[in-house]
Amino acid sequence: MDGVTAVTFQSLLYRFSAWLVLAFVVGPLVVIVWVAFFANAIIAFPPSGYTLGWFVRAWQSDAFREGFLLSLKVGIVASIASLLLGIPASVAISRHAFPGREAISTILLAPIVVPGIVGGAALYIALLAFELATGIQIAGTIWGLLVAHTLIAIPWTVRLVTASLLRVNRSIEEAAVNLGATPLVAFRRVTLPAIRPGLVAAVLLSFVVSFIDLEKSLFLVGPGQTTLPIAILNYLEWNLDPTIAAVATVQIGLIAVALWLADRAVGLTRIF
Amino acid sequence: MSSVRLEDLSRRYGRVLAVAGVSLDIREGEFVALLGPSGCGKTTTLRMIAGFIEPTGGRIGIGTRDVTRVPPHQRNTGLVFQNYALFPHMNVAGNVGFGLEMRGVGKAEIDRRVKAGLDRVRLADYAHRMPRELSGGQQQRVALARALVIEPEVLLLDEPLSNLDTRLRADMRDEIRSLQKALGLTTILVTHDQDEAMAVADLLVVMNAGRIAQIGTPAEVFEAPRTRFVADFIGVSNLLAGRSTTQGSFVLTSGERIHVGETKPARDAVLALRPDRLQVMARPSGQHANEWCGRIRSATYLGSMLEYYIELPSGTTLHARHGNVQGHEQTRFQAGDAVCVAWPEAAARLVDAD
Repeated sequence: MDGVTAVTFQSLLYRFSAWLVLAFVVGPLVVIVWVAFFANAIIAFPPSGYTLGWFVRAWQSDAFREGFLLSLKVGIVASIASLLLGIPASVAISRHAFPGREAISTILLAPIVVPGIVGGAALYIALLAFELATGIQIAGTIWGLLVAHTLIAIPWTVRLVTASLLRVNRSIEEAAVNLGATPLVAFRRVTLPAIRPGLVAAVLLSFVVSFIDLEKSLFLVGPGQTTLPIAILNYLEWNLDPTIAAVATVQIGLIAVALWLADRAVGLTRIF
Repeated sequence: MSSVRLEDLSRRYGRVLAVAGVSLDIREGEFVALLGPSGCGKTTTLRMIAGFIEPTGGRIGIGTRDVTRVPPHQRNTGLVFQNYALFPHMNVAGNVGFGLEMRGVGKAEIDRRVKAGLDRVRLADYAHRMPRELSGGQQQRVALARALVIEPEVLLLDEPLSNLDTRLRADMRDEIRSLQKALGLTTILVTHDQDEAMAVADLLVVMNAGRIAQIGTPAEVFEAPRTRFVADFIGVSNLLAGRSTTQGSFVLTSGERIHVGETKPARDAVLALRPDRLQVMARPSGQHANEWCGRIRSATYLGSMLEYYIELPSGTTLHARHGNVQGHEQTRFQAGDAVCVAWPEAAARLVDAD
């Protein structure tokens, strides 16, 4: 009887701590979304009423609208660029044994490990050195942002595409080649369709990590080139009203949809 | 259809010779089985013929063409994989038509030939199914149709039946054999299953450690294995080491003198004796040239078969197996029984010790 009680108590404890963790993670998000609809300009609980006005106001703000559009643009271009660079890298890592493969695989995943602010500073210095040597300015232009965000996205792309490639049965590629397809045609006609869910997930996830990046972008934005997270940071320096909550709510919604689609495509929990 | 010629074909991986100088001539329309245990080099040989593994020595000819350095997509071989390897995102017709599409055949002609190809494997109604909707046997027939529709110069079968259950395997085996005969296909089958190889092939090539151990018709290999390895592989379970004498006898290491039909120069060899050729009796008959008495060490009832291990006084153990036919009830033995075993002179063969 004691045994039964102990087991029940234990499982209750586990359940309780699981809910506690979830509350810690989700709680602040719920509050932000709630605040976005408050009628009063000064955040106070409980609100005197509810409105959609802050969403309109956020969109009318140049900083937020331009920031949102720039983040969207950079996110889309960077995720596609990282896919185009990531696919060949993933093929090399998953299909060919070559000296230094482990090293390259580790280096490609390094940006996940290096703190964003360090990576951002490093890239900034590198771009300045490039500018001094060639006279071509990249830092402070949209190109600098695109390079940085592609770098942010590549580890995730490589990770997802490599995992997908490793699951493809090699003999279907051999079957295609045996039937007369060149290796390239076999890859396009047989391998790519087989890993399509992985590619979709890679694009979506790359988009998300680019869309939320703050640290790397901080060094690289220039006049009129402000991404949404930086616009939020700038606004928070001087203001605290539900506009910021409305912007954050849009951001949370967009990310949630992208991650949900990515998970449906490959089942992210199987890869991470 | 074409002939296939392997000349001193080798493949080395680091210090390991996976295939060590295989030479083989396969005639047009001939069905050859590469037979051997895993790691004997049979699959490596097949993959070299398909072009997926580059030989480190020797040459491969298909028809009049030397294809040793020809890339796999230009070889025109039809390969059927053990795991079927159907394209999961294409339907049956798409799979079967893929090779024709790669050859630039027109749409109408592809449709016509795909239909004929599916008819041939009795899957005409399945053209629009996806591979995952088919059973294992159906998938394998699609794979076969896909390989045949391109009219390959040689059909290559890589353990095509090993993922199927026993009954389906026999059906599929007969189907492959009759298609091969009807179309006159030059065919190379890789298998580790000697029954399968004997049932379909015109010629068996038994391989061991990267080399050909014996080539012959199924009957030749079965009746007259040349080495201890081949005899063991095809199921000869009594392999007794000893020395042959010039007087038509063979002296076992354990001392027994066995009468053998063949007279050979004196040398070390192995006596190979099939378990089904041994007669087990309750007492000596005095009628056989080779007759030895001992005790049943173990007796196993296998349903249609009875199996005995008989230990002779010298310690030598013989394995006997015979059909559980009617009338044998009285002569069923148990462990510990004193029995005698006998066999005709011609039943035993002397083979090389490898």
